[in-house]
Amino acid sequence: MKILMILGKLSLGLLLIMTVSGVSSGEVSMPEIPKAKNNFSAEQSCVEPIDLMRREHGLLLKHYRHDTMRRGIRTSEYSLIACVNCHVTADESGNYPTVHHGSDHFCRSCHTYAAVNIDCFQCHTSKPQESFSSDMEPVQSD
Amino acid sequence: MNVSTQNRRDFLKKSAAITVAPGVLLYSVSPKAHHAEKPVTSETRWGMLIDTNKCVDNCTACLDACVEEHGLTEDVPVEIKPVWIRKVTVRDKQTGRETFLPLMCQHCENPPCVDVCPTGASFKRADGIVLVDRHTCIGCRYCMMACPYKARSFVHEALENQKPHSPRGKGTVESCNFCVYRIDHGMGPACIEACEAEGHEAMIYGDMNDPESEISKKLKEMSSSVLRPDLKLNPGIRYQGL
Repeated sequence: MKILMILGKLSLGLLLIMTVSGVSSGEVSMPEIPKAKNNFSAEQSCVEPIDLMRREHGLLLKHYRHDTMRRGIRTSEYSLIACVNCHVTADESGNYPTVHHGSDHFCRSCHTYAAVNIDCFQCHTSKPQESFSSDMEPVQSD
Repeated sequence: MNVSTQNRRDFLKKSAAITVAPGVLLYSVSPKAHHAEKPVTSETRWGMLIDTNKCVDNCTACLDACVEEHGLTEDVPVEIKPVWIRKVTVRDKQTGRETFLPLMCQHCENPPCVDVCPTGASFKRADGIVLVDRHTCIGCRYCMMACPYKARSFVHEALENQKPHSPRGKGTVESCNFCVYRIDHGMGPACIEACEAEGHEAMIYGDMNDPESEISKKLKEMSSSVLRPDLKLNPGIRYQGL
């Protein structure tokens, strides 16, 4: 038990030192987040109000992924493909940024700043689709 | 009250004028498409009918189309290459007659892969398409062992540049998904499109619950069989000429 307590105190001390040194080494700079290509509508820049999107986009993605995957609901506005198509922009030479650490990819730049893991792009592509739009618009059959 | 004073004849006239004109829309642009903004239902059961008499030797159009459509192009050893659709040669020992057939996920009504999945990742959509939800797949591969058709593959290596409409990644199981995003947009699976383009027309797809669909009519007309009927899985893929 004693050993455990000592260990506990030691780790607490270490944590303190790390926190203090983190602060002293300067603050993390704000990410430069690339601007989206289009506005969703004249009144609204994204599919939902910006503050909601900033806070809840993870939940929204999770909700709509269930709808799409399990129930076959494919809307044009709520889809990860649409997010990527609009938000991931090419650099001057026409190349899209990777989603790896240190990149200025739309999702990555902010997730690095917030120190939150981003798993979507292990499976989903992080680049906009190039030649797949017109024939895959949702069908309005009634 | 306006409504109460209206006589029955006038009311019918008016409602007829309203319903008959848009009635044209009852015939949708594509009868196969479901409204992409509404959930799929069990009123539809997607199926495929493959005429093995029309499937020829040395043609890999459907296989190539699948690889292209889903981006199954990673450079990995052959043992771990993903195979969503393969071509099987069946040879009658007595007569020496060879039959070729494309074999993929059979989209069973009672899928063993769904039975064994410990996380619910392997599931059957209401319209009969069997899928892997990679968000919940833990890569245990029980489904691969359970599938009598050897239809599933496992992704062993990290991938990049996946197709936008066909996400796939390391550590998860995958198989033919009936090109589900194409189905939801009123298009047919890529393999069938390729077979048609090649001029063989060995495969058709459609709603097996709709008695008016091409596939239902053909199934009613001609004899067809399923693979391993003894397992009573009632696959959605049926074969002619076996």
